[in-house]
Amino acid sequence: MIRRIFIIARARIREFYRDKTGLGWNFLFPLLIILGFSFLFSEDGKNFAKVGMVESPALLEIQGSLDRFRESRHLDLIYFETLEEGLSSLERQRIDLLVHPGDGRYWVAEGSPGGYAAERFLIAADHLHAQGFSRSTVTGESLAYVEWLFPGILGMNVMFGSLFGVGYVIVRYRKTGVLKRMSVTPLRPWEFLTAQVISRLFLILVNAAIVLGICHLLYGFQIRGSLPALFLIFALGGFAMVSLAVIVASRTESEEFAEGVLNLMAWPMMFLSEVWFSLEGAEGWVKQLSEFLPMTHLITGARKIMNEGAGFPEVYPHMLALLLMSFILMMTGSALFRWHRGN
Amino acid sequence: MTTPVLEVRSLVKNFGAVEAVRGIDFTIPAGICFGLLGPNGAGKTTTIEMIEGILTPTSGEILYKGRPRGRAFREEVGIQLQSTELLLLQTVLETLEVFRNLYHRRAPLDALIRICQLQDILDKDNAKISGGQKQRLLLAMALANDPDLIFLDEPTTGLDPQARRHLWDIVGGIKRSGKTLVLTTHYMEEAEILCDIIAIVDAGRIIAMGTPQELLEIYGEGTVITLAADALKDRIPDDFPWTFRRSEAGIAIRTRYPGETLKALVAMGADMNRLLVRAYNLEDLFIELTGRELRP
Repeated sequence: MIRRIFIIARARIREFYRDKTGLGWNFLFPLLIILGFSFLFSEDGKNFAKVGMVESPALLEIQGSLDRFRESRHLDLIYFETLEEGLSSLERQRIDLLVHPGDGRYWVAEGSPGGYAAERFLIAADHLHAQGFSRSTVTGESLAYVEWLFPGILGMNVMFGSLFGVGYVIVRYRKTGVLKRMSVTPLRPWEFLTAQVISRLFLILVNAAIVLGICHLLYGFQIRGSLPALFLIFALGGFAMVSLAVIVASRTESEEFAEGVLNLMAWPMMFLSEVWFSLEGAEGWVKQLSEFLPMTHLITGARKIMNEGAGFPEVYPHMLALLLMSFILMMTGSALFRWHRGN
Repeated sequence: MTTPVLEVRSLVKNFGAVEAVRGIDFTIPAGICFGLLGPNGAGKTTTIEMIEGILTPTSGEILYKGRPRGRAFREEVGIQLQSTELLLLQTVLETLEVFRNLYHRRAPLDALIRICQLQDILDKDNAKISGGQKQRLLLAMALANDPDLIFLDEPTTGLDPQARRHLWDIVGGIKRSGKTLVLTTHYMEEAEILCDIIAIVDAGRIIAMGTPQELLEIYGEGTVITLAADALKDRIPDDFPWTFRRSEAGIAIRTRYPGETLKALVAMGADMNRLLVRAYNLEDLFIELTGRELRP
C-alpha cells in the first residue's frame, strides 16, 4: 500500500520535473509578476493626479507658492502651449487639473478624485507658504503593495498548480487509457489519489521555498512570522485545491470540459480571495462568500504570517478551515472518482 | 479433475439497446492459450474486459480458479489492454519499475527485460519508442507480477509483419513456460500459430470453438482453389458440384477433389492466370460461418 502510493507519487514528481516548459512556468510566473509589479508600483508609477500647466511668461514670474505645488510628489506635470489645448485635455479627463499662471486661474475636472486632491494640494501649498509653516516628518514601517501582493501571488501559484497540475493530469491519464491500465492492477483509487496529493504537496513546498528564497535575495522580502506555519498553510491550501481538482476530474475524459470548469473555479477565487486587491470596502455578502473559498484562507493566512509576523496561534483558524474543506472535498472527490468510462 | 483457471458462463453485456455480448460460455484449463477470434465489433474486447473487471457484465458468471474473482485476481493476472498510452516523461525501465512495484509478487526485472527483449531501449523515453517496442513494453508490464493468467487484447494490431512475428515468438515463449493465456485477435494466422483453443466470435456470440485442427475437421477439410474475378466468362452453371463464393477479390471454390475441380475448370475455359490452390483455413471457415470477411 505505502509502496504503491510512493511509486505513483515518485513517477508524477519525475514527470513534473522533466516537463521543462511547465517547470519553468511554475518558477518564473510568480517571479515575473513580482518583478512587473515592483516596477509598476515604484515611486514613478504611483502618481495619483495629472496636472496641466499652461506655459506663459508669468510661469517664470510667479514663483514661491506655485513652485511648492510643483514640487509636490506623486503629481504628473504636463505643460501646454495654449490654454485651449489644456482645456481640451481636461474636458476629456486626460488631466485632472489645469493651472494657468498667466491669469491666476485653474480648472478642475468635475467629479475627478485626482482633480479634487490636486486642487487641495494647490490651495494648501499657497496657504502654507503664506502662513510660513515648517515641515516635520515621521517614519514608520510601511508595507509596500508588492510585499502585500507577494503572498497572494504565491497563493495563486499554489492554486493553479494544484487545480491544473492535478485535475488536468488525471483527465489526460483517463483519456489516454493510463488510468484504465492502472485500474487492472492492485492499485486502489484512494491510493492513486493520495499519491496525487503527496506529489503535489511536495512540489508546492519545494516551489514555494525556491521562490521565497529568490525573492528574498532579489527584493529583500522578509517573512515576518513563522516559517513552519507558512509552509503548513501552503500545504493545507494545496491539499484543499487538489481535492477540488479531484472532484472536477473525477469522471470526465474531456480536457476541454475540465479546463473550462477549472477556470470557472480559479477566476472567482482570484478576485474574491484578495490576491490582487483587498476586499476591505466590499459588500458584506462578498466577504461572507469569500470565507467559503479555500484560496481566501490560504492567502489571508499567508499574509498574516509574511506581512504581519503571525505564527500558529494567529492562523490556526485558517488552517482548520482548510483542513475541513480538504476533508469534505476529498471525500466527495474519492466517492465520485472513476478510473475510466466503463460501465 | 483440476479446476479450470477461468470459467465464463452465459456472459451478456448490453450498452443501452445494443447487445454487444449475447451469451458467451467457455472454460479455460491451465497452461493453454485460448483465442477469441473475430472481426472488429464482434464483442471480443467487451468479453475480455468483463473478465478483466473493467466492464460490469449485464448478466452471467465469471469464475477464476473455481471462485468469483476477488482481490487476489488483480494480484495474479497480467493484462495488456488494446490501446493504452504510457506514462509521460518516463523511461522504459522506470515504467516497468512502476508497474512491478504495484504488485506483491514481482517478476525478476532482468527476466522481464530478457523475455520481452527490452535491453536496448531501457533508457529511452516512452514517447520515443517504436510501435513494436511499445507492444513489447506493454507485454512486459502485463508480466510484471509473474502472473498465472495473462490477457492479451489484440497485441499485434497495427504492427508491421516483422514486428508481429517478433511478438509471436515472445508470446510463444511465455506459453511454453506454462502460463495460461487469453488472446483476442482478428488475425487468423495469429490464432492458428499461438492458440490451443479458438473461439470464433461474431455478433456477440461464439459460433464455433475447438482446436484449430478440430475446427477444420468439423467444419470442412479440403482445398480452396481461387481464380481471378473475371476468370470465367460465362455464368457458373447451376449444377456446378462444388461450393464457391464470388467477390471482387476473385472466385473461391472449395473442394475435396482438387484434380477433378481443375479439370472441370479447364473444360469451362477458365482463365488459369493467377490461379491458386491452397489448403482450407480458418479464414475460409469464418467467411462460411458468418458470410463476412474477418478483416473488412
